[in-house]
Amino acid sequence: MTTLTLRSHDDPRARALYEGARTLGFDRLEKLEVEDLYFFQGELSPTTARQLEELLCDPVTQEARWDRPEGGQIVEVVLRPGVTDPVAEELLRSAHAAGLAEVEGAASGTRYRLYPPQEEAERLATLLLANTVVHQVSFGAVEPAWVKDARASHVVEEVSLLGQSPEELEQLSRERRSALDGAEMLALQAHFQALGRNPTDVEFETLAQTWSEHCLHKTFRAVITLADGSTVDGLLNAFLKKATDELHKPWVLSAFVDNAGVIAFGDKHELSFKVETHNHPSALEPFGGANTGVGGVIRDVLGVSARPIAVTDVLCFAPPDTQAPAGVLPPRRIRDGVVAGVEDYGNKMGLPTVNGAVLYHPGYVANPLVYCGCLGIAPRGSHPRTPRKGDFVVVLGGRTGRDGLRGATFSSMTMDQETSSVAGASVQIGHPIVEKGLLDVVARARDEKLYHAITDCGAGGLSSAVGEMASEVGADVELANVPLKYPGLAPWEIWLSEAQERMVMAVPQDKLERLGALCSLYGVEPTVLGLFTGNGKLVVRHVDQVVLELDCAFLHKGCPRRTMSAVVREPRPYEPPARTLTEWLRDPNVASKEGVVRRYDHEVLGQTALKPFAGAALDGPMDAAVLKPLGTPGPLGAVLSCGINPWLGECDPYLMALWAVDEAVRNAVAVGGDPDRIAILDNFCWGDPRKPETLGDLVEACRGCYDAARFFGAPFISGKDSLYNEYQGQSIPPTLLISALTLHPDINRVTTSDLKQPGHAVYLVGTPLHAPLERDLPEWAPRLYRGLHKAMSCVSACHDASEGGIAVAAAEMCIGGRLGLELALPPHEHHAERPCRLLVEVQDEARFEKALKGLPHQLLGRTLAEPELRLEDQTWSLDELLEAWKA
Amino acid sequence: MKQPRALVLYAPGTNREGEACAALELAGARPEVVSLPELHGRSWLDYQMLVLPGGFSYADALGAGRLWALELRQHFAEHVHGFIAAGRPVLGICNGFQALVKGGFLPEGKATLAPNAGGHFQCRWVRLQPQGDRCLWTRGLEAFDCPIAHGEGRFLPAEGDPGCVALTYARLDGDAHPANPNGSWHDTAGVTNSQGNVLGLMPHPENHLFPWQHPRHARGQAGGLGLALFRAGVRHA
Repeated sequence: MTTLTLRSHDDPRARALYEGARTLGFDRLEKLEVEDLYFFQGELSPTTARQLEELLCDPVTQEARWDRPEGGQIVEVVLRPGVTDPVAEELLRSAHAAGLAEVEGAASGTRYRLYPPQEEAERLATLLLANTVVHQVSFGAVEPAWVKDARASHVVEEVSLLGQSPEELEQLSRERRSALDGAEMLALQAHFQALGRNPTDVEFETLAQTWSEHCLHKTFRAVITLADGSTVDGLLNAFLKKATDELHKPWVLSAFVDNAGVIAFGDKHELSFKVETHNHPSALEPFGGANTGVGGVIRDVLGVSARPIAVTDVLCFAPPDTQAPAGVLPPRRIRDGVVAGVEDYGNKMGLPTVNGAVLYHPGYVANPLVYCGCLGIAPRGSHPRTPRKGDFVVVLGGRTGRDGLRGATFSSMTMDQETSSVAGASVQIGHPIVEKGLLDVVARARDEKLYHAITDCGAGGLSSAVGEMASEVGADVELANVPLKYPGLAPWEIWLSEAQERMVMAVPQDKLERLGALCSLYGVEPTVLGLFTGNGKLVVRHVDQVVLELDCAFLHKGCPRRTMSAVVREPRPYEPPARTLTEWLRDPNVASKEGVVRRYDHEVLGQTALKPFAGAALDGPMDAAVLKPLGTPGPLGAVLSCGINPWLGECDPYLMALWAVDEAVRNAVAVGGDPDRIAILDNFCWGDPRKPETLGDLVEACRGCYDAARFFGAPFISGKDSLYNEYQGQSIPPTLLISALTLHPDINRVTTSDLKQPGHAVYLVGTPLHAPLERDLPEWAPRLYRGLHKAMSCVSACHDASEGGIAVAAAEMCIGGRLGLELALPPHEHHAERPCRLLVEVQDEARFEKALKGLPHQLLGRTLAEPELRLEDQTWSLDELLEAWKA
Repeated sequence: MKQPRALVLYAPGTNREGEACAALELAGARPEVVSLPELHGRSWLDYQMLVLPGGFSYADALGAGRLWALELRQHFAEHVHGFIAAGRPVLGICNGFQALVKGGFLPEGKATLAPNAGGHFQCRWVRLQPQGDRCLWTRGLEAFDCPIAHGEGRFLPAEGDPGCVALTYARLDGDAHPANPNGSWHDTAGVTNSQGNVLGLMPHPENHLFPWQHPRHARGQAGGLGLALFRAGVRHA
């Protein structure tokens, strides 16, 4: 092995890490240096070495060395075996393309030099430089783990179910980390008892994955008994789908059926929207977890044959200075890793990240939340859904390795100190350029009608993708055909691997050649795994043996419905903390998010009409994103917004749901979105639902979702739950994210939140001053939003008043417009939080008054040329507000 | 008038080719997106313009634009040099600019595009001020606004004044952010060659083709359109 070291003259990474180390209290550290390492296998001639040097080294800013210079205390970091290393893949590919055949293997790594040598180097490495879940660390020369030529594994084991006692079955479930409960294990046993045989490990793992909370949403389908004896016949059916069914909107084209919800856009297009979470992986490996979270939700949208056009993300962390319990990464590290992971995937996919939020609450210290959303566009009705008998089962995209095994079952458990070492294989790093190839291929394959069905490989891998597609028709596949990253995988590992960047298609036999030609244009690898058979059976082979033979009906419908009990607790009154305005503006939940958001590309594809920041100084926060979807005619736009409030969730989950829906709707209306075309998505992140109070909170939140959706006429079109967000019994606050999608009549007339001109009237629209806090939404709210929407042509700025109340909204509008504002706002109303409230700057008062006749609105004050915010009792200069908000 | 044909190169990871094509079409050219393997054995001089669009070619795995540059240098060096020598308009945007620089096609002296001084990727709007009248893409243009979206855009000449600056970052009035977003030498945003037919720039003029794309459009301001730059290029094709 030969090692090339590259050293940059002035490396911004070194500065950032040095500052990070000082923040963590490594006061003795005087200097930190970073060097890039490239490892090569094979005998390299001097000519080859020189060519590699030319390939890798920037002659202006870097110097290259083949020896290993001394200096400082050395920490070397490489990826662990099996973790995707896109750099190494590209390096090897390009070395071969350049004719450097002597290079047999390549790997990448990083060397850090600490000055002076640190007694606590190991702690520094763990806290800042490496993550042992994916990295191997050495305090001398590191040797990357070359994947050895392991022999192909044919081992299929029998899992012994027959004749086992209930206790033994539960023990078995724990040992195999299958997250199946006693009743489910008994159902499996009974099924195989009738067949007169034990399942193979492939069958057992397939069932565990298909029946996992992650894939089957057992809690959301369970019969729930409440303390008063009443029952809920499944949260999904009784509340979420029920609202959609009852609202019966003709423009909802698909809800809760496909990988993403779909609504009509104009006459000829449809928009698809999906929001996923990737919490458990992000807790263990923040970069990889967030990275593959974005990758996964983009594939969901590809899975409805749509062209992904935008990404959203909502991130919940502990405040940076929170003390992390043992076995948990420090909050700052989690945040930086997650942000870098979102940045890496979204930017490299060429998708704009346009909407989201960043929240800080100590309850997320061990369980950060990473919500990733994706919006897509497709010609109306172009998504084919039914595989036919005789179609090929084709996998496209990345190769399969041992990455991400059992991710579906892992995310269906709570976490403890051991989780990070046991679950190492659940975590992956993405390779966005491979997925970019898929994105380019799918839209063209759809237009040329090259497939009858498509789905993504997410949790559960091929097992889930092929299993789902074959659920009616049946399929017969050969695992030996699956292209592997390296040999040595057992059949069940190939079948269950959650290796990223793969899609499965049902391809008519006469279209295969054309699909192959298309794939080669974009560097995508297509492989035929087998056939859809038409006999309703799922058969999986490995070389010459049948390793799985399951009845699709049992696989998909055989899981017994859970019966759970819930206790609804007495709600606590919601009381935001008592703070001054500048304290609110300084709170990381309210303060400017530019440090995070500017790291995402919001402009790529050229369709972003309203960006995360706008205004006089281009730094005012906006309420929602407005897009002109790629390739659509006319001025019609799409609006993306969200609502979330975990602080309220801690007190009153029912009210949280009402407010979250209201906030999402209000944000959309504030930028000019149509209140009568709003579709919403639910994403519940919760603790362990086996605890009756936790489940009671969930029941209340779902009830709130139903009430709010009906109230606003906004149907749910998709949703997802992430449960078991607990660490050593400590749960996150109940956190419901509502994401909204609506239409904007004209992208040339988007309303922004920055004040425009001195002398304009400013109104409080919605819940009046002094209104008490109620456990309901005001009955006039839908009419108000409709009225405001019609009056938008006389509005010059509009901003929702949510966290921190009217005073915070007013300060943000001043900052956005670099203008002053005088409001008749009494002190006790500065930071009161109420739903259905907007601050509106109006240029034509008479017309506005007329439009809002009979609806609650009150003139509160006027914009000022003087740069200051004057409330009834107190005045702040714009500079004071800015200083706090950007601190 | 005959529409010039524009060759828009594509590598795995390229992602702003669509906007480059939209800009070229609006400016009166006929763009064609072609990936390099499709160009083996073909003459580039069938095209009147050459555009290398933005993105993350080959994931920028070994540094921004480097692998794309390697591919260009190894298999297509004569074609690129021939196109430049023929005086036809050549435009490298963001990742395309990085590929031209890392491939040694631009500028004529030794220079690089290093990681941003701020340490990471940044996306925001900037104002661009044309400099001098050598470059056919920027000659006679007014200042215009467009976004940047890059992590490695700090232009650094190896030594002295390279004498090739065609665009600089200027102050967008009222903007709270510093004019220079990445620490580039003398606020350099774009550079040209001695003939003036090649322009490489980090910002994205192709993302400002319509007034509604400007972040101050709601304030009745839209700055100059990036489209002007494409019109100038097409005029000279």
